[in-house]
Amino acid sequence: MKVELKIQRFDPVKDQEPHFETYAVDCEPTDRVLDALLQVKGLMDGTLTLRKSCAHGVCGSDGMRINGRNRLACKELIQSQEQPIVVEPMKGFKIVKDLVVDMEPFFEKFRAVKPYLINEDPPPAKERLQSEKQREKFEDATKCILCACCTTSCPTFWADSEFLGPAALVAAQRFIFDSRDQAKEERLDIVGEKEGAWKCRTIFNCTDACPRDIEVTKAIGEIKKEELFRKL
Amino acid sequence: MNSYGSRPAPTASTFELVAWLFMRLSGVLLLILALGHLVIMHLINDIGKINYEFVAGRWSGELGMLWRGYDWLMLILAMLHGVNGMRTILEDYLSPGRRRILVLTVLYVVSFAFLAAGSYVVFSFRRVM
Repeated sequence: MKVELKIQRFDPVKDQEPHFETYAVDCEPTDRVLDALLQVKGLMDGTLTLRKSCAHGVCGSDGMRINGRNRLACKELIQSQEQPIVVEPMKGFKIVKDLVVDMEPFFEKFRAVKPYLINEDPPPAKERLQSEKQREKFEDATKCILCACCTTSCPTFWADSEFLGPAALVAAQRFIFDSRDQAKEERLDIVGEKEGAWKCRTIFNCTDACPRDIEVTKAIGEIKKEELFRKL
Repeated sequence: MNSYGSRPAPTASTFELVAWLFMRLSGVLLLILALGHLVIMHLINDIGKINYEFVAGRWSGELGMLWRGYDWLMLILAMLHGVNGMRTILEDYLSPGRRRILVLTVLYVVSFAFLAAGSYVVFSFRRVM
């Protein structure tokens, strides 16, 4: 089938502002948007710049705005999209070129919540045990692949770049509710701030955007609840 | 020592937490109060009957203080709920700086004036025959 792609282009060397260019490619309905983009890059315009790595929805490199919604290009089938398929970079970050954005501010916020196990006890001979029930509390958040689809779909984040954003809050939830972790208080201090969990307006764009089906807004809600009962 | 990268160290302020909780509680209370108001003013009583005498009578009768309290609670909750919502929106969408301070100041001054005027009327009202 013939597919029309409307791709936002921006070359910082030549362009003042991003603009759209339209491409027509031949695809199977069961191809992914990524296949169509790679066809453009491989056969029509080699200057088109995008990130991709595994191309199977695991690495989280090709997050972008497809027909107005943040999606992984490697998980979106052509047949499920209306034409022309409008492809834009994720909003809220500086565009490096075309569909590639500067993710550094995103990772900086991720690091701010200390997204690693903190446990001062000497490690046991085998492993730190945990029951299935204890694990369930943060299971959902472990699925995050740091694609930034959630954070860059959040209107509050678009307006306020200081907001920690959904992804960092999900990472915090993952360790706050981990029975093996000992830095719960410290993490709650970090996320229980004006620019942390309390900046969440429960818009639910993040939950819609997550390609791993993480219930992002719910995870943030759990942080709010935990913080509420800790302080009151 | 804790390190927070390039982000500011936590302030331990509970203001946003309390504001968040207030929005939930005042929202639920306002739903009950406003529905009660609607039922009394528009369903039980005909709007043709509601005039100065009706309100003055209610505020001056045996249950006067109860009705004044009801109306005052609605005023306070609705004003604070609305103002906090406006503060939230303005702080989200106006970047820090003089413009934000100016707009927020206007918001606080105007709402304080409304609150003060409303409270004064509710509690100092004397029926004129």
